[in-house]
Amino acid sequence: MKRLFLFIPVVLAITLGVVMYAGIGKDPTYLESALIGKPVPVFELAALENPDVMLRNDIFSGQVSLLNVWGTWCPACRDEHSDLVWLAEEKGVSIIGLNYKDNREQALQWLQTLGDPYSVNLFDPSGGLGFDLGVYGAPETYVVDAEGIVRYRHVGVINEKVWRETLEPLIRKYSQEG
Amino acid sequence: MLRLLTLALLLTGSILAQAAPNDMYPLDSEADRERFQNLTKELRCPKCQNQNIADSNAPIAEDMKNEVYRMVRDGATDEEVFEALVGRFGEFVRYRPQLEPRTVMLWATPAIVVLGGVLIVIGVVVRSRRNTEGASSLTDEQRQRAEKILQTDESNTTGNSGPRT
Repeated sequence: MKRLFLFIPVVLAITLGVVMYAGIGKDPTYLESALIGKPVPVFELAALENPDVMLRNDIFSGQVSLLNVWGTWCPACRDEHSDLVWLAEEKGVSIIGLNYKDNREQALQWLQTLGDPYSVNLFDPSGGLGFDLGVYGAPETYVVDAEGIVRYRHVGVINEKVWRETLEPLIRKYSQEG
Repeated sequence: MLRLLTLALLLTGSILAQAAPNDMYPLDSEADRERFQNLTKELRCPKCQNQNIADSNAPIAEDMKNEVYRMVRDGATDEEVFEALVGRFGEFVRYRPQLEPRTVMLWATPAIVVLGGVLIVIGVVVRSRRNTEGASSLTDEQRQRAEKILQTDESNTTGNSGPRT
């Protein structure tokens, strides 16, 4: 019996080792969105292309879409832009843009020179919807299902790998459910 | 004279720098000002993860401070402020996570470790006390026997060592 007690430190060390090993390589900046499973916050924002057109939550209904948060001030958004164009043109993905804390003219110019992958763009210069969504670093991309429920959030650049491994399976899954 | 002037300038400068945060978020009552200070210290910035939103200059921390300010000004309770921000950014932004199934281990581990330590100490004390009591709890008969054994042992030793000298 007494001998068994001698193994306690070893057991403790192994448990601690396993717990800590599980944490290695995890990205501490990755945060799961607080909105998973909840509807996109209620909003009413002007379209980027036309200040007179007001857009509301119903733009999400009907199909699974990606909600991409971007701004011309965000260098990583430029990195992913060509991949967004590729997704919209080659894969037929519906991408809704949220132009976040940006300037209308610069944003429109950006779309003209780099291409426009968005089916529609929300113009959010004060960042109100971004704040309600819990956006903490552009670019962020949300998978929103046909009922306007947030299903997934990706923080960071979208590329072919992210699409293949994460987004495509999710879009397929929620398209079938809808 | 120049030195004095510099000193005066530096002093006013530092006073201004300290006063700045309050001027940016003017609140009527001292209680509200204190509440705003405490709330912004208790909330964590999601972008710069080792800072609270009071210390952080990240744009997101500014937005959060503005929201806290607006809510405090409009008379929201602390709990309402926390809920509003946790609802957007997740439990992560609370420096003191709430007690819920997911965080039970987080809160219980220190108590479990302390309890374990206390149990070990009690065990050690009880065992050592039992040992000392055992040593002094010989019956008279046992004691006499023990003394006899010790005496014979002594005489044996002297007897053995005798011829050698």
